[in-house]
Amino acid sequence: MHVTLRRVRFTAAVTAAATPRPRQVSDEPTRIDRIFGFVTTGAGMTVFVLLGLVGLFLLLRSREAFDVAGWSFFTRVEWRSDTSPPEIGVLGLLTGTVIVAAIAVVVAVPLGTCTALFITDYASARVRGPLTGLVDLLAAIPSLLYGIWGFFVFGAQVVPLSKFLTRHLGWIPIFATEEEAVFTGSMFIAGLVVSLMVLPIIAAVSREVFSQTPQGEKEAALALGGTRWGMIRQVVLPYGKGGIIGGSMLGLGRALGETIAVYMLLPQVPKLTIRILENGGATISGFIARRAGNDQEIPGLMAAGLVLFLLTLATNMLASVIISRSRSGAGIDA
Amino acid sequence: MTTIDPSPTGAFDGIDPFATTRTGAVAVDGDQPSGEAPPRLVGGPPPGSATIETHDLCAWFGDRLVLEGVDLVMPAGEVTALIGPSGCGKSTYLRMLNRMHELVTTASLSGEVLLDGEDIYRAGIRAQEVRIRVGMVFQKPNPFPAMSIRENVLSGLKLARLRCDDRDGLIEWALRRASLWNEVRDRLDQPGGALSGGQQQRLCIARALAVQPNVLLMDEPCSALDPTSTLRIEDTIAELRDEVTVVIVTHNMQQAHRVSDRCAFFLAEENQPGHVVEHGPTAKMFEHPDDPRTLDYVQGRFG
Ligand SMILES: Nc1ncnc2c1ncn2[C@@H]1O[C@H](COP(=O)(O)OP(=O)(O)OP(=O)(O)O)[C@@H](O)[C@H]1O
Ligand SMILES: [Mg+2]
Repeated sequence: MHVTLRRVRFTAAVTAAATPRPRQVSDEPTRIDRIFGFVTTGAGMTVFVLLGLVGLFLLLRSREAFDVAGWSFFTRVEWRSDTSPPEIGVLGLLTGTVIVAAIAVVVAVPLGTCTALFITDYASARVRGPLTGLVDLLAAIPSLLYGIWGFFVFGAQVVPLSKFLTRHLGWIPIFATEEEAVFTGSMFIAGLVVSLMVLPIIAAVSREVFSQTPQGEKEAALALGGTRWGMIRQVVLPYGKGGIIGGSMLGLGRALGETIAVYMLLPQVPKLTIRILENGGATISGFIARRAGNDQEIPGLMAAGLVLFLLTLATNMLASVIISRSRSGAGIDA
Repeated sequence: MTTIDPSPTGAFDGIDPFATTRTGAVAVDGDQPSGEAPPRLVGGPPPGSATIETHDLCAWFGDRLVLEGVDLVMPAGEVTALIGPSGCGKSTYLRMLNRMHELVTTASLSGEVLLDGEDIYRAGIRAQEVRIRVGMVFQKPNPFPAMSIRENVLSGLKLARLRCDDRDGLIEWALRRASLWNEVRDRLDQPGGALSGGQQQRLCIARALAVQPNVLLMDEPCSALDPTSTLRIEDTIAELRDEVTVVIVTHNMQQAHRVSDRCAFFLAEENQPGHVVEHGPTAKMFEHPDDPRTLDYVQGRFG
């Protein structure tokens, strides 16, 4: 220590005339900090290693399928494994996956955001606690139960709504249907059921962010003669924007991968369609679950799984980028 | 502030250079409030200052009585200073005057607050209507950090649903009044959060003035300000007298002395609710108050 100190002083004296250069500042961590740092670094690295291993595993197991199908894997809609060579493609599955997830998120975002706003800014303290618990409980219900409920109860109740939509808004391509369409087993129903599963995620993340809105800014808005809604629109929502978007993307990630419920609710026959109200549709995870019994299908299913893996990975990474960007705006502390 | 006069005419001849008063110095950089009337607002409260008075006002947080039996009149067109040691309930009192007190879930109150003779807690009156008429500047600067300076000044119009045909004029008027105009005139589109703490506070003052309330409550508005800005704010307060009744909480006795017409001394003895020891014209309060505790406090001899 002593030596370094003296040297620093010495160099400072010599270079006094030159432009100042930043000093190297270092700190010696204590033993406990070193150990703790080692443990946390290890835990953090484990996540990366696991992620890499899963990706590698999928890539290796799916090579066979990519060798056979080539690029047509991404452009083919049908999935015929009984022909030789098998004609398999992920496009039909991919569109179904994205459409179901999109429906889920479009429904769940306003619902989840409003739930969060109600909890943070409208509900009395007596309602707030139980309601928060209830919303979190929604996330704890196994998705199998959502699937069963959607299949036996909810699906049938959505049919009148589907009929209404196609009758009055049928000119919009996504609401169009065939003449004698069957309305159960539609992507619309699947999307609605999945939306209930992603709702708690979105509500929890937004609630967390909304509750951190600086009290001073909220009071400023009210003191200027704002209504509660005006305060929410001018202060809470702008502040929580990153949280809403981040939560939605997390929800989207979950919706893309949701398996059991869509496995039960959709026919799982790959098809390129945007008609969400009529029977039909397949998603990657639901399709894998249905076909996983056949050994000779495994490479193809692994390839589809790899596509889903990359898709959810990209979604979640985008979510974190958006969240970090939104936070780095104007400094809140003076 | 004591910049040397660059004029070549031997400006010091016959003129005491130290006579360059506060106002004179401010006039040099042209940021002096112009004194002209603000652009008209549509849909706002009737213009002009209002009298606000409280009768037997008490405040609780939960079961704890923190303020007891406050009877005060803050006449229209006058500046009232609230002074007293920390924790005696000045902020609580102030927040009851524009119904901010009720935002704390455990808070309750009794008594009445009359704004031009009308009880603001009367059934059928909305807190929102009261707050449009009774504005507030908080102790801690709280601009909307992501909004631009311009949007910050205009935010009250949007929140209170008021209209103004001359928005640019209103922005300039309000910022001049808060003596911030010169510093920000070229960067009105920058975010309000990018200002220094003192500038933020002046922005908050401009924002509160832009809705042209009848009463303006200021809770230690200058605690984050440098002496120059403080003096400018005091000038502003003095000039606003006719347009708005100012109630100001301050720990700075000189400021209370300089800026106010009337003064009220709050005190909370140990484990007792706060109350008003004495109130009256500022000169009397500072020179020969009735209560010895008041004299001790204003002279800084409080134990
Ligand atoms: N939200 C609250 N919940 C419970 N008690 C509170 C709350 N706000 C204030 N109090 C209590 O009320 C009393 C009066 O507080 P108040 O903030 O009005 O004091 P003050 O005179 O403004 O003090 P200061 O000069 O330090 O700002 C204090 O004893 C304080 O502990
Ligand atoms: Mg206070």
